[in-house]
Amino acid sequence: MIEIKDLSFAYGKTPVLSGVSFTAQAGQCVGILGNNGAGKSTLVSCVSRIRTPAAGEVRIDGRAVGDMGRTERARTIAYVAQKNEAGRSTVFDCVLLGRRPYIRWTVSRKDMDLCRDMIARMGLEALQLRTLDELSGGELQKVMLARALVQQPKVLLLDEPTSELDPRNQYEMMALVRQLARERSVTVLIVIHDLNLALRFCDRLFFLRDGRGWRYCGPEDVDGALIRQVYGIDARVADIDGRKFVLIG
Amino acid sequence: MSMEDRPIPDAPYRLYIRRKWLVLLGMGLITAAACLASLMAGSAGLTVGQVVPAVLGRGPAQTVAIVRGVRLPRAAAALAVGAALAVSGCVMQCVLRNPLASASTLGVSQGASFGAAAAIICLGAGTQINGGGSGAALTITHPVTVTLCAFLGGMTTTVVILLLSRLRGATPAVMVLAGVAVSSMFTGATTLVQYFADDVMVATVVHWTFGSLGRAGWGEIGLVSLLTALALAFFLWRRWDFNALESGTGTARSLGVPVNVLVPVSMALCALIASVSVAFVGCIGFVGLIAPHIMRRFVGEDFRFLLPGTALCGASLLLGADVACRTVVSPAVLPIGALTSFLGAPLFLYLIMRRGRLR
Repeated sequence: MIEIKDLSFAYGKTPVLSGVSFTAQAGQCVGILGNNGAGKSTLVSCVSRIRTPAAGEVRIDGRAVGDMGRTERARTIAYVAQKNEAGRSTVFDCVLLGRRPYIRWTVSRKDMDLCRDMIARMGLEALQLRTLDELSGGELQKVMLARALVQQPKVLLLDEPTSELDPRNQYEMMALVRQLARERSVTVLIVIHDLNLALRFCDRLFFLRDGRGWRYCGPEDVDGALIRQVYGIDARVADIDGRKFVLIG
Repeated sequence: MSMEDRPIPDAPYRLYIRRKWLVLLGMGLITAAACLASLMAGSAGLTVGQVVPAVLGRGPAQTVAIVRGVRLPRAAAALAVGAALAVSGCVMQCVLRNPLASASTLGVSQGASFGAAAAIICLGAGTQINGGGSGAALTITHPVTVTLCAFLGGMTTTVVILLLSRLRGATPAVMVLAGVAVSSMFTGATTLVQYFADDVMVATVVHWTFGSLGRAGWGEIGLVSLLTALALAFFLWRRWDFNALESGTGTARSLGVPVNVLVPVSMALCALIASVSVAFVGCIGFVGLIAPHIMRRFVGEDFRFLLPGTALCGASLLLGADVACRTVVSPAVLPIGALTSFLGAPLFLYLIMRRGRLR
């Protein structure tokens, strides 16, 4: 379980996050939504301590993230950045990098087995010796997700993991994330722009507006009024075959 | 059976790793061959059968004197300095996220060169031997002073580069251009220091800046070797951190890498080993730039293999360059710094053109 209490952050004198608070349970997938510049990416970078928040605290299973050492934090929180650098390392080496918080001097059999199993789970066996710059966008995102999951985190932070994927890969990626979150009881905070993907795959939605938490609700509570308040656009939510869809305009 | 006891079933990856070990073994053999060639090359025309016993102190006294007194220190200097420059280039390229980074392209060598020249001329840390004029050679009488001044010069550049790398929009090309500017500044400062020195000292320092592996004694070689070994041990200890940095600083932080400490400490160590090398053998350009790029083609970006491979590659390159310097226009010996720059500059241009996206 992750508890975020009154989290604030500023770039210089410009406040980006102000008093953000919410709680998410283990195995839940929480979508972080809002306009560009609302503070979504800053929120996940503050949760992971890539950026140090100006105020507030984050607790995971009751333990304050700020009190954790670097290694303990890396074993508790995994992060996949918005843009990933596709270098010349192989898929297996990239996934193995996720074991960095556990590796002392040599790579153990457990490290190797976990990576092999995760690569198989993601369907990446045939690509394991390919270099990252040879992969498609969808394959690269799967590799990054695999690397984050071999960290065996309690909380997984994904910053716009579907932004550069085609619709098929977007759906596959989100389905995989939700399935893995439930299988492994990992809390996932996922920054996402696509409202329909969020409604379809997230258990809870956290709407940010101008750096403040605007609404924390389930997908069933989203309506046109909320979208208008957060995004400033006309929209309505339609029910088609028992599923909710946002129709813009 | 627990997970810990199971055999590793990932045969393709194991083969892939074995290939990398074979590359390192191959580089070790190439380095050994280059060492042997360095010991054999020269006007005395020695064979393997004469050189190997002479290294162990056996054989004719004249041969032992040539091999152990002249050629062995030279080969050892090439090994240590080549490894130092290559390893510093490899780590600089990683921590600055800049494929064009090295001690010579960022101006660290030029800063160190200025520091060493200032120590020799202003603080009297060196003295000329073999008389004056064009044949003047230099021996360093206060190696600690020269090393410290060279380190200060190298570190000044390093601090400027580190500050610049934190600016937004500091692309690799901008940082290399900044290196050109800093190099220019230090070259100008070196010229000013020389302007106030006497003719013989100026000739001696100019000769020194050409770069020569012959002037380093066992004390200097020992110091460069020790510092390089310690720096390499530190870098190998943090090899997973460098692998993580290749994925970006945000990812590295999320994997528990102390980026804010690792980057300046690594840069300081790189500046130290490059500066000490420059202090004792002069400016030797491009080895630090070329060696990591050559090894990346064979072992990829995995620092478990890239670091030792780069050290061996740098040592081999410098040994090979030294053999070429001594044999191309024998009996004259070409300045090694000029040769490495002459051969390295086209590769530098190739790297810039290949990375045409750089702005």
